Amino acid sequence: MFEEQGITPEGDLIVNVGPQHPATHGVLHLVITLNGETIKKVEPHLGYIHRSIEKMCESLSYRQFIYVTSRMDYLSAHINNHACALCVEKGLQVEVPPKAQVIRVLLDELTRIASHELWWGAMAMDIGAFTPFFHAFRERETINDIMEETCGARLTMNFMMPGGVMQDLHPNFQARVKSFIQQYKHKIGEYAELLTGNIIFKNRMKNVGVLSPEDAISYGCTGPTARGSGVSCDIRKLYPYEVYGQVDFDEILETGGDSLSRYMVRIREMQQSIRIIEQLIDGIPEGDFQAKTKAVLKLPKGEFYQRVETARGELGVYIVSEGGTTPYRIKFRSPGFSNLSVLDRIARGGKLGDLVAMMGTLDLVIPDIDR
Amino acid sequence: MLNDELRANISQLLTNTSFEEGGEWPTLTLGADELLPLALRLRDDDALFFNYLFCLTCIDWKTHLTMVYHLTSTKYRHSLVLKVKLDRDKPAVESLSFVWRTAEFHEREVYELFGVDFIHHPDLRLLILPDGWEGKNPLRKDFEDPINMIRL
Repeated sequence: MFEEQGITPEGDLIVNVGPQHPATHGVLHLVITLNGETIKKVEPHLGYIHRSIEKMCESLSYRQFIYVTSRMDYLSAHINNHACALCVEKGLQVEVPPKAQVIRVLLDELTRIASHELWWGAMAMDIGAFTPFFHAFRERETINDIMEETCGARLTMNFMMPGGVMQDLHPNFQARVKSFIQQYKHKIGEYAELLTGNIIFKNRMKNVGVLSPEDAISYGCTGPTARGSGVSCDIRKLYPYEVYGQVDFDEILETGGDSLSRYMVRIREMQQSIRIIEQLIDGIPEGDFQAKTKAVLKLPKGEFYQRVETARGELGVYIVSEGGTTPYRIKFRSPGFSNLSVLDRIARGGKLGDLVAMMGTLDLVIPDIDR
Repeated sequence: MLNDELRANISQLLTNTSFEEGGEWPTLTLGADELLPLALRLRDDDALFFNYLFCLTCIDWKTHLTMVYHLTSTKYRHSLVLKVKLDRDKPAVESLSFVWRTAEFHEREVYELFGVDFIHHPDLRLLILPDGWEGKNPLRKDFEDPINMIRL
């Protein structure tokens, strides 16, 4: 199928990485042109896990389509559902009860920690450090257990719905989150000892895959990838939704633009997520966890756009409604798709061995890119 | 810049502009030939400074296609939506990949899923669909696949 192999007329070697390769964490296929060990070009081939979710959503009702999006960025399943629910609420002009807002934000932030944990473990393993993977998964398991108790699932939770959340929190939720936070606070210090402060690790990450702020904006990079270059793009700060406007947290910015900066942004973001959870966990308001909505939802004719900050960056949901019970057209502006497009730019001139470090810190989730 | 101010400012750039009513952001419908010059001015004008294309997509309206560009400025935080109507049988529009680099990937996606031809695109090839894909463009409304499409 692909003619791209062997040696080019200029004497450059063409190497295929993937679609089945452990370092791509999914079915991503890269065709790399190499001059010696130096990368001349990286060309991604996508579509190995393309399910055409946008087309699928066109025949699903406004209650149903939300749950397909859990399968996009499966590490931020809650946040994807959240974006869709917010977009439908924008169209319906439904006011979400305060309790549901707090529950949503709490679950979002737990998801963000779990996602960054998995990224941290997997990225360290790509670089060659195996131990962090086990540390990361231990903490991630705890979060998954908490999710399982409340939502009934561990990965594709499907807990958000238009108007609120599916059901009330489990009675154990508060106590378990608090005890998790208590032990987790010390873990980030441990991570620093284990990996962040490691000189071999630092040397592998520093000045690798440098992304300038101008390129980050022009290529549409968002999330920790852009914030590692000093571009302020945290949707939770810039366009606050739910209770993000009322809680106190910092937008993490690093100015290096290299792999180490992107790494540090995510590590520090986990601490900020803890801060948000700590502020909210004791004050979950009383009341309904759901607003009253009609059984069959119909969005008025028009266009609705909602963006949220997932663990990987800005997720945009664009619904075009013709007034019916199903969306006429849906577009998911996924963060991974734009973040991947910058790979060629930052990899050129680098070494093949560093490609894994660059890909690791872009935090690519392939189903999110292919949709 | 506020939405009203933005509307007034952009009206000066074009001779006959028509903003759509409603919507979250000012929405402008253009002819296909007006797009590239306006895009360059929107990006390079210091008072407008639309440097970030955050969404690029297409809608099939059965009678015609509409390209939709969502722009924002990371400096002033104002947003704008551009729409371009295209002929459904032979859709073609100037590529914006030299104005905003993110358009390169997004246009490739629209090219294969909607069949829009982007003039002067540096690398217009299939991205998601398998090589050698023949047949209709999957996101068009008249696309049918009896085996793989699920209808409820």
